[in-house]
This record gives sequence, structure tokens and C-alpha cells, in this order.
Amino acid sequence: MAYVAIADRDHEIEHHDPQTFITKYVWSQDHKVIAIQYGLTAIFVGVIALCLSVMMRLQLGFPDNFSFITPESYYQFVTMHGMIMVIYLLTALFLGGFGNYLIPLMLGSRDMVFPYMNMLSYWVYLVSVIILLASFFVPGGATGAGWTLYPPQAIARGTPGVDLGIILMLVSLAVFIVAFTMGGLNYVTTILQARCRGMTLMRMPLSVWGIFMATVLGLLAFPALLVSAIMMLLDKTLMTSFFMPAVVSAGVQTGYESGSPILFQHLFWFFGHPEVYIVALPAFGIVSDLLSTHARKNIFGYRMMVWAILAIGGLSFIVWAHHMYVSGMNPYFGFFFATTTLIIAVPTALKVYNWVLTLWQGNIHLRVPMLFAIGFIFTFVHGGLTGIFLGNVVVDLPLSDTYFVVAHFHMVMGVSPILVVFGAIYHWFPKITGKMYNETLGRWHFWLTFLGTYSIYLPMHYLGFLGVPRRYFAMGNTDFMPESAHTLNASITISAIFVALTQLIFFYNMITSLRRGKKAGPNPWHATTLEWQTADTPPKHGNWGHELPEVHRWAYDYSVPGYPDDYIPQNVPAELAPVGRDHGRER
Amino acid sequence: MTVSLVLLAAIMFVVIGWLLRQTLNTQPWVPRSVDDAVSGTSIDTPAKTFGLVSFLAVATSLFALFISAYAMRMQMGDWRPVSEPQLLWVNSAFLVFASIAYQLTRNAAGKGQATRLKPGLVIAGLFTFLFLGGQLIAWTQLNASGHYLTSNPASAFFYVLTAVHGLHLLGGLWVWARSTAKVFSGAEADNVRLSVELCAVYWHYLLLVWAVLFGLLLTT
Repeated sequence: MAYVAIADRDHEIEHHDPQTFITKYVWSQDHKVIAIQYGLTAIFVGVIALCLSVMMRLQLGFPDNFSFITPESYYQFVTMHGMIMVIYLLTALFLGGFGNYLIPLMLGSRDMVFPYMNMLSYWVYLVSVIILLASFFVPGGATGAGWTLYPPQAIARGTPGVDLGIILMLVSLAVFIVAFTMGGLNYVTTILQARCRGMTLMRMPLSVWGIFMATVLGLLAFPALLVSAIMMLLDKTLMTSFFMPAVVSAGVQTGYESGSPILFQHLFWFFGHPEVYIVALPAFGIVSDLLSTHARKNIFGYRMMVWAILAIGGLSFIVWAHHMYVSGMNPYFGFFFATTTLIIAVPTALKVYNWVLTLWQGNIHLRVPMLFAIGFIFTFVHGGLTGIFLGNVVVDLPLSDTYFVVAHFHMVMGVSPILVVFGAIYHWFPKITGKMYNETLGRWHFWLTFLGTYSIYLPMHYLGFLGVPRRYFAMGNTDFMPESAHTLNASITISAIFVALTQLIFFYNMITSLRRGKKAGPNPWHATTLEWQTADTPPKHGNWGHELPEVHRWAYDYSVPGYPDDYIPQNVPAELAPVGRDHGRER
Repeated sequence: MTVSLVLLAAIMFVVIGWLLRQTLNTQPWVPRSVDDAVSGTSIDTPAKTFGLVSFLAVATSLFALFISAYAMRMQMGDWRPVSEPQLLWVNSAFLVFASIAYQLTRNAAGKGQATRLKPGLVIAGLFTFLFLGGQLIAWTQLNASGHYLTSNPASAFFYVLTAVHGLHLLGGLWVWARSTAKVFSGAEADNVRLSVELCAVYWHYLLLVWAVLFGLLLTT
């Protein structure tokens, strides 16, 4: 059958050689520069969101001690923290950052297939970030509606930021979705159309599989957020009644008719649950590659891992209403969505088993990326198991509005992907910068972050069991909360501040290593995937010099018996190295 | 949500089904020479075509979700159906003509008939502008009959759905303007063939979407 990939057909690749400083580093169309722009912007807003969370915790741990934290500002911190972390940090970093950097390099392509659109994607993303941050400075401040922006309170009087804050939030989300769509179309097309010769789908590293399926999910799910943002914007600005019911505010009829807040919830979570996997699937893929590389062993059950990614992608569209058990929807829906939630746990659990089995009898190198990858398995299992609790209606009902839920989603969607982000940054830092980071500082960073986050979220489960409600500015003196719960809250706050400060080690390490780090060499981890086989480190514009690589094997030929090295890069011809895993025995 | 769920399920079924076909019966751990290994795993189509098809999937998701929201919202007690302006029939005819004109231009570009490109593109663009202008007039007619954006969710949906559809057409007109400018500056048929072909597909798609939206607005 004819070979049809376009990676080496020059006439289909847009040429965009940078000519000046501006086109090289600012209006750059190079996927690596765009990836770094995405990454730095996402991390910048992530740090802001981290600071917001510290301020929330100050209020919760030591109520009424800080005059600058008012009930209004508290809700603004909560809202902006959640939205920034989920959308503007994690989604942007995994897809815009790692997706941009890794896809062309791992697939042996020179760049994304639409580089100009790729550049636009970043700048539009930056505009969305600026709009979002601008909402802090408008009259009334940012919206305090909670990150889910539920109507009616999101646009009802009494909610912080009800004037301009909510408008800017909705506009920012719409702009972000435009940016994501431009990037996402690029990622999907590049993966399916611009792989180098020999790079079959089943030879792609799992990082690319995870990013690919997450992008497909994003492309299909973000429109739900766009629809809800447009309609809520009209409710707010032009007084339509898509979502807004007939409500009386401060004794005055508002003018809205019988809008449906539940409709908003359906639309929001139709996006919101796939969003969990938009963040999780790239993390799954990346962690698979980290584990395999640093355990010097092929990933266990590669095909199953791919199929699990596909299954999770498909199923993620039919579990959204498990976020809505307490919304008053038809109870029979609850049964359906509890069942689908249990079903999606199967391929997810399969991945966990395969990660653990990859480690089994591996030659484990406990370098920093590996520490973060193993840490991820712990936190993800932890968060996943509590998810099974919450996926069941009868358990969810009493726990839904408590700190148990906060603990659950932070373990599964906050800590876990962030650990992978750190692992991935440490892993690819030598390729991106050409320098090695400080291993000792990296280890300190891991252990303090890992143990610190556990000391935050483990006690939160207990608070949830006690019935401590989430979303409250102050708990006051309530009978059901023992004194120990208040003490625990203070302890959690101290841990949160500690973990936040710990991140300074990471930034210090990155900055000093960038300036004074040891030279990394092209392939310090002896990894098999193509990005480590580039002629230059960091790779230059066009990635591959004159000739594109050819791929002859999968991405996981580690510790192959009979071969002198414990890894065989993907571009080593079949006749030059023994076959992988089982010496070619057909299975 | 059933509408969007069914459509998205169909899209996901196609995507995942195709991917599964690529991944079944493979032994990725067995190295093979390049010629044996690459068969059938890339799609033999220009990247821009593939990009457009992906974008159409995104747009389908968007319109399906709007339609789902429409279907859910109309079940509330305050829904009062709007009698759509008759002008919409004329506008629909304009869009059909635009689509036909684009198809004929596409055929001409495929055959390398550069002389037929100019009239084809101009006529396609003209009918598209007529459609958009007609939609604006329909808005004013509806407004004049007392159906404002805020008067009822049914009229609000009318304005929103037609606006979203119109914005998609405006985006298409940007590409139309670029290829028309190229043709008028003397470009060969081959140079604009792909862009004309993709625009034709896009116009057909938006005609189909309009047919669904118009049918929905008429029957509810």
C-alpha cells in the first residue's frame, strides 16, 4: 500500500523560517517556541491561582484575622483559582505546552501542519488570559460565582463581580475556546497527517496518544462551554431568559422569565466532565512514557493502554450528570450516570495496573521525573477511589457539599496532573534547554510537594465525613464541628502555605540550571523516542536538519536481550538491532 | 441533550472506530522495515482538507448543542412560538444558489477552467451576501412585529441561532475574499483549486445546517 504521510513532502509544509528576533521569539511560528510561550504563560497564571488558594486557606484556617479577605474577595479567590487552574493552566499547559513541543518532535515532523494558525492560537490564548486577569481590576472586581458559574447566582445581585467581572469571565472563556480550537485542529491534523516515515499510529508514544484523544475531546466538548457562555452573556447583558428563572432580588422582580438553571448545568458539565479527561489523558500518556523510560522497561500492555485511552475518551461523554446528583434532575438519570461512571473506572483502572506492572522487575532509576511519576500513581489511585464513592448517588448526596468533594477532585485533578507536569518538565528540561537541572533540589522539591499535598488533602476527607460544608467563607460556631476540625483546618492552611513556598525550590532550580546547569547532551535518559534523537539539543528550527528520521520500531524497546545498550531508539533499523520484547516470537 | 449526545456519539463512533481499525491486529513491538510498517495509517488527503473536516466536527458539536438547548428550553411554560418571516424562504433560496454556484466553481477549478472561476466566485459571494442581508432584514421584520430578543426565549433563540450561523458564513467569506482576490490578480486555477474546493464543502455544510435550523424554527 502506498505511503501517504506528508511529513516529508515539502510542498505541503508551510515555510516560515524566522528572519528576525521578533519572528524567532515573539511572533514565532516554530512549535517549540510556541510551546514555551504557552508553558510560561500558563505557569504564570498558575502561580497567581496558587496565591489565590493561599489566601482562601488563610481565611479558612485562621478566620477573621485578615482584613483584606472579605466574604466577597474570598468568593472571587475561589472562582478565579478554580477556573485558572482547570482551564488556563492545566488545559493550556498540557495541550498548548507539551502538545506543541512533543507532537512534531515525537512524530518526526518539522512542525505543526498549520504553523501560522498555531502562532495565532497562542496569542489568542494570551488575550483570553489578559481579559481574565483584567477582571480583577474592573469596578466590582472579578466574578465570585464559583468556578462552575451556575446561574442564577452568577448574574444575580449580591454575587461579587456581577457587573463587569462575570462578563469578562465569559468573554475570556469564549476567546480561550477560539484559541484552543485553532491549536486543537493543528494537533489532530499533525498527528494524523504529518508523521514521519515508519511512524504508524501504533508506534506513537503514549504521550502523543493521550494528547491526541484529549484534543479530540476538547474539540467536541468545548463548544458546550461556548454555548453556555454565549447564552449566559445574553442573559446578563440583554436580559434574555435562557438560564435565568423569574427571581425576586432584594424585593424587586428582576424581569427574567422561566429560564432553566438546570439547562446551564447540563451544558456546563457536558463540557466539564470531558474536561477532566482533557487534563487527565495527556497526564496518563506522559506518565506512561516517564515510567517506561526510567524503569528501563517497555510499557506493560501498550495496546491495552491505547484502547483504554480510546475507551475513556468515548465514555467521558456519557458521565457528565454525575456532577448533578443534587441538582434536582430526574432520579432515574442518576442510576444511568452512576452506572456509566463505574464503567469508565474499568479502563482507568486498567491503566493503573499497567503502570504498576511496568515497574515490576524494572531497572528502576529513581530520578526526579520518575519520583513524580510514581507519586502520580499514588495520588491518582487515591483520588480515583474516592471518585468511585462519589459516583454513587446514595454516597454522593450527603458528601456532595462537603470538603470530601474538594479533597477528591484536588487529588485526582489537581495534585495528580500537577505532579505529571513537574515530572514532565524535569524529564524534558534537558532537551528544551540543553542543560541539566539540579538533581538534589529536584528531589527536595518532589518530597516536600508530595508529602505536603497529602498533608493538605488527606485531612480534608475527614472534614468531609464530619460534614464540614465547602464554599463557606466562615464556619462560625456550629455544634456538629468539633474543635479538632478547626485545628485541622489551621493545619491544612499551614501545609498549603508550606507547599506553595516549596514551589520556590522548583523555580530556583529551573532558573539557576538554565544559567549554570551542566550541559545535558542529546539523550541524557537514554530514551528511545524521536525527540531525543535530534541532531541538535535544543532542537533547531525544522527539528531534523536536512533529512527527516525514519522509524523502524515502537517507542518502548528498553532492555532488549542481546543488544549492548539497554535501549534501542525508534530510528535504529530493524536489521541493526534485535527485535523487541519477545525476540520476534509472534503472540 | 439527546440530540447532541447522538451526534457526538456518531462522531466519536467514527473516530474511535477508525482508530481501532488501525490498532487491531498489530504487533507494535515487532520492528519492521519502513515500507512494511507504514501502510494504511495516514489519511491520503491534503492537510487543509483534513483540518476543515475536523473543524466541521467542532461546528457540528456547537450547533447540536444549541439545538439541544433549544429543545430543552422549549419545554418550559413560558415558550411562545414565533411565526418566522416569510423572507426566510427567499433567503434559503439565496443560500442554495450560493452553494450551487460554489459547486460549479469547484468543478471548473478541478478541470483547470480559469475563466469560469471569476464569475463563479462572484456569483457565490453575491448570493451569500444576499442571504446575510436577507437575514438582517428578517431580524428587523421580526423586531417590528414585537418579537424582541428579550420578549420570549423562542425569539431569543431565533436571533441567536441565525447569528451563529451567519457568523460562520462570515468566516467563510473571509476565505472567499482571499481566493477571489487571488483569481482577480491572475492566479492559475491550480493555485486556488484547494481553497475553492474547501469553500464549496464549507458552503454545502452551512446550507445543511441552515436547513436543519430553518426546519427546527418552522416546526416548533
